Amino acid sequence: MASFIQLLVSGLATGAIYALIAVGFTLLWQTSQTINFAQGEFVMLPAFFVLAAMNAGAPFWLACLIGIALSIVILGVLFKLIIVDPMLKYGVLPLVISTIALSLFLKESAKDFYSSQAQPFPTLVPATDIHIFDAVISTQSLAVLAVAILTVVALNILLTRTRLGRQMQATAQNPTLARILGIPVQRMVLYTFLLNAVLVAIASILVSPIYLAKFTNGETLGMAAFIAAIIGGFNQVRGAILGGLILGVLDNLSAAYISSQYRGAFPLIILIAVILLRPQGLLGRVEERTV
Amino acid sequence: MTAVLGVSNLRKAFGGVVAVDDVSFEVRPGEILGIIGPNGSGKSTLFNCVLGQLQPSAGEVRIDGQVTTGARPCDLNRLGVSRTFQLLQVFPQLSVRDNLILAGQEHQGTMVSRLFGRTDAGLGDAAAQMIEFFRLSHLSKEQAGSLSYGQQKLLDAAMAFMAGPRLVLLDEPAGGVNLTMLGHLRERLQAYHTERKATFVVIEHQMEFVMALCTRVLVLAEGRLIAEGAPDEIRRNPIVIEAYLGH
Amino acid sequence: MTRLGTAVVVVAAVAAIVAPFFLKPYGIFLISTWAVLTIAAIGLNLTLGYAGQISLAQGAFVGIGAYTVALLTPVGVPFVLAFLAAGLLCFAVGWGLGYPALRVQHHYLAFVTLAFTTLVFLVLRNEQWLTNGIYGITGTPRPTILGWSTNAARDFYFFCLGILTLLSLATWWMLRSPWGRAFVALRENPLRALSLGLDTRRYTLMAFAIGSSLGGLSGALYAPLVQFIEPNSFALGLSFNLLLMVIVGGAGNFFGPFIGALVAVLLPEWLRITQGYYLILYAAAIMVMMAFCPSGLLGLAERVIKSLNGRRAGATTTVRAEGAGS
Repeated sequence: MASFIQLLVSGLATGAIYALIAVGFTLLWQTSQTINFAQGEFVMLPAFFVLAAMNAGAPFWLACLIGIALSIVILGVLFKLIIVDPMLKYGVLPLVISTIALSLFLKESAKDFYSSQAQPFPTLVPATDIHIFDAVISTQSLAVLAVAILTVVALNILLTRTRLGRQMQATAQNPTLARILGIPVQRMVLYTFLLNAVLVAIASILVSPIYLAKFTNGETLGMAAFIAAIIGGFNQVRGAILGGLILGVLDNLSAAYISSQYRGAFPLIILIAVILLRPQGLLGRVEERTV
Repeated sequence: MTAVLGVSNLRKAFGGVVAVDDVSFEVRPGEILGIIGPNGSGKSTLFNCVLGQLQPSAGEVRIDGQVTTGARPCDLNRLGVSRTFQLLQVFPQLSVRDNLILAGQEHQGTMVSRLFGRTDAGLGDAAAQMIEFFRLSHLSKEQAGSLSYGQQKLLDAAMAFMAGPRLVLLDEPAGGVNLTMLGHLRERLQAYHTERKATFVVIEHQMEFVMALCTRVLVLAEGRLIAEGAPDEIRRNPIVIEAYLGH
Repeated sequence: MTRLGTAVVVVAAVAAIVAPFFLKPYGIFLISTWAVLTIAAIGLNLTLGYAGQISLAQGAFVGIGAYTVALLTPVGVPFVLAFLAAGLLCFAVGWGLGYPALRVQHHYLAFVTLAFTTLVFLVLRNEQWLTNGIYGITGTPRPTILGWSTNAARDFYFFCLGILTLLSLATWWMLRSPWGRAFVALRENPLRALSLGLDTRRYTLMAFAIGSSLGGLSGALYAPLVQFIEPNSFALGLSFNLLLMVIVGGAGNFFGPFIGALVAVLLPEWLRITQGYYLILYAAAIMVMMAFCPSGLLGLAERVIKSLNGRRAGATTTVRAEGAGS
């Protein structure tokens, strides 16, 4: 039982990180029909920004802020202006292909301009273990969980309690109607990109101590984001959160109980099961065929 | 006599907004029914629910007595229901002739037989006839995208008629068409109607077009059916005038 | 096809036949790789360029085809049968994958194929009893067709070229039939196509299944070509590569895959001077291309030719428009 609780807690911690990535991904899709195939690389990259800042002499907390700032500029503003905006007039397909190329670009850039070796990444709190009811739980897991939960709560408050957030939601659900209501749609879309950049940066800082900063991280993290978003229901932010948590827990439990050789297969099988049995996801609505 | 199209208590809501509210009507064989109403009265939403493009929130749609609520548009088309679109929807890269062959080819044989059959799916002559009927003969090999707006409207109608449908739903066929072409279009629609004894349902804004073409008119306002009758009665109906002026 | 187009194709065909006599063994290997990968690219072009779906599993299908042949031919199964088995297996798997994934509106097929590629890689790597795992399979024999041994490099090249020609003709024939018209409709305006009775789901599924089976057939030739296959060759990298090939050549254009595959095979050679930065440059070039010319190199060529022609035919078109009625 103790080990189950351990697995559950660390699973929730990983799941919370997945949730952050999946939420950003879902928001981008909702507001601007952008399927960001480079989302995994977006999570991989900020860690390198932080490491570079630390190499230049900044203390960890400052490096994190720099990393988040760089993320906002590069993965938020530049991404939207240089890649998404010019592409949108051609439709969804060219944009998806661009993001696929972008994922390759970012991955190779990290490998060539920083390092192909996995880099250790500092943890948020010194790594010690706490004993709760016989279960050994690392402070790191708890810290990750705490930060992730705080971020999700803050996100929720932003989206539902502030005027800005409600405008963003309206833009996400019905851009035409939002425009008629006088909401500056283009600016809302930009904010969504910035929000995604912040979310992936936070996720990056949380996940890199565990996975180490490696240029190949994007593949697994990206896949986790897509699966979480689909499990939860492509058009729901709450669904993305739920999907992320479920994925994290199941993934962790499977690691313990399934052969390590096929460990990576479990999330993929979940994906295929969801698509077969409930394609709209757990919380999604069945999509209309639009005119 | 069974109605060609029967709509009962149809309702469509998008979240809190009710676009179509408890609409019921029947379309008798051979008639040309017009549906009019101010902007936002739910006409297009109604069409899309009937044609399977949208899933109604409640209510039923019957074609020839058979329940078809929520059926896929391609299945409805094979039952003999056809439509034209408000926003032009021809295939710009295909020639006029190819557009028409495409419009009819899915009604011939099976998918496999289409692979091994003739390139024109045996519809070369039928397409030529349709092109002549709409007086587009000199444009047969032209890319549909290079036609003028009015000519594309004619092609749109031609495509809807290609498979010989019994029921045709026309969504704002007169929109954006100049006067000469309009007369031509109306005359061709009437000719098809007489020749094939087809049933039409027409959504339209332009009053003159509706009054000249339709045998019966329904009026929608804010998602609800507010009046029904012959064109002249409708034109004089105070409720209808109120609905249009009130906006 | 225009007269210019036909002339270009004839010249290219002659070049393809004559080339191996002027190339060293490595050169012949390169053009053989081009021929084999073009088959996979043609398949992916069907899925992406004609049916408008993104498949990230084409590399996996090449792998399935390669392993099918690599496992069957050494135990005495004639190559022809193994070749057909590879194609049929991939068709069936493609249909099975696509059927649920295409019921949904979004680009779910992209994610499903992404997951599938990883799954296939894991199976190929782990099931050592079948696939020899990471140690791979060596020495897949090159077939003898009706007494003609294809073992020599040049002979095998002509064999691949022959199969490429056959499959291209088959695809051309399919696209000339009503199916081709249906695919164009599917790509340009699926909504309108639906309202005309076209079962978009069925046609999309068919395109994806046929495209996947072409991937398998390509793999069936790949195994005897390189004569050493291992799971890493068929991981996501190959699927990305094939996708980029189709895009660069021009998705939805019949000759796109030929050009795209040529670029993909030659580019690493040309960019050797950039010392391994070529992937970054390639990816950057793709993004630029998507922004300015999403229809690929052939689309760019078409635009250039059209603008050259347009200046000449400008007068004629105005006259025609006026005579065409009001």
